[in-house]
Amino acid sequence: MYSYSDFDAAFVAERNRQFRAQVERRIDGSLTEDEFKPLRLMNGLYLQLHAYMLRVAVPYGTLSAAQMRQLAYIAERWDKGYGHFTTRQNIQFNWPQLRDVPDMLDALAEVQMHAIQTSGNTIRNVTADHFSGAAADEVADPRPVAELIRQWSTDHPEFQFLPRKFKIAVTGSQADRAVIRAHDIGLRVLERNGEQGYEVIVGGGLGRTPMIGKTLTEFLPKADLLPYLEAIVSVWNLLGRRDNKFKARIKITVHENGIDEIRRLVDDRFAETRTAFSGVDQEMLRAIEAQFAAPAFKQSGTEAYDTAYDADPVFRSWADTNLTAHRADGYAIVQISLKAHGATPGDASAEQMRVMADLAEQYAHGELRVSHEQNIVLPHVHKSDLPQIHAVLQQHGLATANIGLISDIIACPGMDYCALATARSIPIAQQIATRFDDLKREHEIGDLKIKISGCINACGHHHVGHIGILGLDRAGVENYQITLGGDHTENAALGQRTGPGFPAEEIVGAVETIVDTYLDIRTSAEETFIETFRRTGMAPFKAALYPEKEEKRDAA
Amino acid sequence: MSVIVTDSGFGPDDFTGEILDLASDTAPEALEAGTNADLVRIDFPSSADGRGFTLARLLRLRGYRGRLRARGHVIADQYAMARRAGFDEVEISDDLAARQPQDQWMFRADWQAHDYQSRLRG
Repeated sequence: MYSYSDFDAAFVAERNRQFRAQVERRIDGSLTEDEFKPLRLMNGLYLQLHAYMLRVAVPYGTLSAAQMRQLAYIAERWDKGYGHFTTRQNIQFNWPQLRDVPDMLDALAEVQMHAIQTSGNTIRNVTADHFSGAAADEVADPRPVAELIRQWSTDHPEFQFLPRKFKIAVTGSQADRAVIRAHDIGLRVLERNGEQGYEVIVGGGLGRTPMIGKTLTEFLPKADLLPYLEAIVSVWNLLGRRDNKFKARIKITVHENGIDEIRRLVDDRFAETRTAFSGVDQEMLRAIEAQFAAPAFKQSGTEAYDTAYDADPVFRSWADTNLTAHRADGYAIVQISLKAHGATPGDASAEQMRVMADLAEQYAHGELRVSHEQNIVLPHVHKSDLPQIHAVLQQHGLATANIGLISDIIACPGMDYCALATARSIPIAQQIATRFDDLKREHEIGDLKIKISGCINACGHHHVGHIGILGLDRAGVENYQITLGGDHTENAALGQRTGPGFPAEEIVGAVETIVDTYLDIRTSAEETFIETFRRTGMAPFKAALYPEKEEKRDAA
Repeated sequence: MSVIVTDSGFGPDDFTGEILDLASDTAPEALEAGTNADLVRIDFPSSADGRGFTLARLLRLRGYRGRLRARGHVIADQYAMARRAGFDEVEISDDLAARQPQDQWMFRADWQAHDYQSRLRG
């Protein structure tokens, strides 16, 4: 894992000193709220529906046990004893007081964390594949380059007042677990003729105008990355629209100008920006890479795992859903579900954070990950330790065996917290999870991603959910539109709308209708929901959801 | 009237030469490093409009070595960004100078410290 250099530590300390002064100047009136707003946003402080919210960066989703413990401490000391893990691998504290925030930031700095650039019109926290360094299918660990980008984008003088926010995601595998085609820039580490480089994808995004990113260059040599990124953001900073914030994101700039024109402009700008780089960044990258060396994996038998798997059906069910193949023999990647049926997706109590930190320290080389699917990952676990881990998780409400299943729902905070929301998300997620748990059908249903957003800004990624749910306000009444067929992986696709939306009291039933239809028409239990949808299209689902309409049409 | 902010604090505008004024929406291809002006002044219509930072950097990348000034709604917290992007000084209104006095600007006069970009560029 990366450990701060003296430079990093001094930077964060200085930044915290500045923000403390800015908070004081806001309180004494020398900064107006309009002027304070971009400054607090650059430091992760939002004003929500009921209170301030502090969004803490978890760069590329990687946490040490000590960091997780400090998050638990912060939750108890300055918040209400819990935190919320987000789809951008961050953690949010929902109830801080403005005057406490500088102290919270200092507490974060003690464990080499910060909240810098987790909001505002700037380059946000860089996200990465949550299985980085552990996945069996990986070309290279994407976290070193993500760390390099974190340093480059931090406090970048040109890019603190961009047309809009800017999100970068990196993966090192062909399988995309970082949703790179739904980011302003998506990077995929790849190898060509023995040389490492990047596929650079630009202009993806969800929100009110969802777009799948387009490939800007198929192979960018490794050493060119920072000046190339600088060229992209520089071009967009001048070309991006500032007359309408809903048209400001780079996806619109790419859409309006065309990918070929953007490529031409970026190539021209790159010729200018690259002259400013001496190549020292590549030396720094090599030093960062050394810090991400894989832990010393042990060689030992997995009998304890095999025995528990055969003897304990509860353990077996959890192992079947929550484990993923690891690159090392005898190891597994463990996903800890933060989606207990009926709980708020992504929330963890301080006690649960400490339990996960302890498990990471004892069994998982001290490392944890936050997934964009709002779960926690222990990336390196020897299988023989899994029965003990499972037993501890069970005692703390963390052993839900539902990763990838219908109750493993991504949901934005919605109207329970967010000032932008037009409908509730969390209660809908809770009701769906509870309903299918009562029916004991989710294992039969299999792989199915439901993603819920409480407004068109799409923080809940509903466009790329197999079943996407979008909560809107229709004349003061919550109304939920459904999309089907979205895909967040390397086969990225946007879902299609089924038709008219459903009121809150009918949305769970509508989801059940969709699932029943799938179970009826799938060719076998092996055909997943998304495969069935791709085969049959919308028609059978539409017919089931809107029977009256179909009858009318038949009669006409 | 206006106030000129430099690393040494507030001062009067004593410049009398030829000024080239550039709007924040100046097209990048129109930026000429070989201007005859003694001072290039880039407008900041709003502190949220960061185009001037990129324009300044492009001018410097293209070889402009003359005096470069940011004018308008630049706030004290942006002083370090302005300096790092290539500006020499910032021109603000008396009103803004009264609301954000010299000490708040001097707080960021150490703009060369803690700079990731210069470290990465080498």
